[in-house]
Amino acid sequence: MRFLIPAALLVVLLVFLGIGLKRDPREVPSPLIGKPAPAFDLPQVGDAARFSQENLKGRPVLVNFWASWCAGCQVEHPLLMQLAQQQGVEIIGMDYKDTDADAQKWLQRHGNPYRRIVADAEGTAGLDWGVYGVPETFVLDAQGTIVYKQIGPMTEQAWKEKILPLLQGSKS
Amino acid sequence: MRFAGLLLALLLSLPGFAQDSLDADQQARYRQMIHELRCLVCQNQTIADSDAPLAQDLRQQVEKQIREGRSDAEIKQYLTARYGDFVLYKPPVKGSTLLLWIGPFLLLAVALVMALRMLRRRGSSAAPTPSVDPQALQRLLDEDKK
Repeated sequence: MRFLIPAALLVVLLVFLGIGLKRDPREVPSPLIGKPAPAFDLPQVGDAARFSQENLKGRPVLVNFWASWCAGCQVEHPLLMQLAQQQGVEIIGMDYKDTDADAQKWLQRHGNPYRRIVADAEGTAGLDWGVYGVPETFVLDAQGTIVYKQIGPMTEQAWKEKILPLLQGSKS
Repeated sequence: MRFAGLLLALLLSLPGFAQDSLDADQQARYRQMIHELRCLVCQNQTIADSDAPLAQDLRQQVEKQIREGRSDAEIKQYLTARYGDFVLYKPPVKGSTLLLWIGPFLLLAVALVMALRMLRRRGSSAAPTPSVDPQALQRLLDEDKK
């Protein structure tokens, strides 16, 4: 009886510590979830027309911040290729703090999963989108609202368990 | 020429140089502010301590917005709208952080109550109870004599 309270406290503490262990402190929840995509108006890589957040509306898209200098981007690249080619997912690339020449060289070597590539050379769009390390991928519904943010490389698991259900939900 | 350009870029990217266009009051605000903002890449450093490109960008933003006459609250609002409260080293007092702010005081109160109860219990049974049974002791001594 005397040890009941300390024992109960210990159990509560262990549960909290256990939950804490499973969480990744590198994943900072984005305050942009549920909000419209932040505004930008930037040139494209390999296309003379400019591209803004208005061009993201009308269908669900993935907005993928990447760069030719980014190692994590090579990790997720095969999956992005597969999503674009086999599942017809529209991926907009945001070329973050990169040069057009480097980006194009990188895409020639690895393949291009992007429908459009926006040149965010100064990282201004990245700042407004709350990007703190590439790669980061935002999932937008047809209204241009951010419904999910993947921090770090895209994974098969995140795609199947988190993003696909959201996209299917927004279509219906 | 190219080298000179590179040198200039390097110099401009130093945090100290960013504040040159600010007056003394603004510089003080700038310095205070960058010590209260977290660098999100290197999470346990402030943007003043960190050399990460993102920290440089955020320092530049803070400097630019101070120059444009924005208040500290407005700049913090700008940053939390993008990165969440996590960017602030001092979390704001609100519903979701209430436990964080009053938690230590709650724990202190619980500990005080428990300590008081323990002291009172000990005080009420003041008479020291003999820890040795005199009869058993005598028996042992008698046995020794034999």
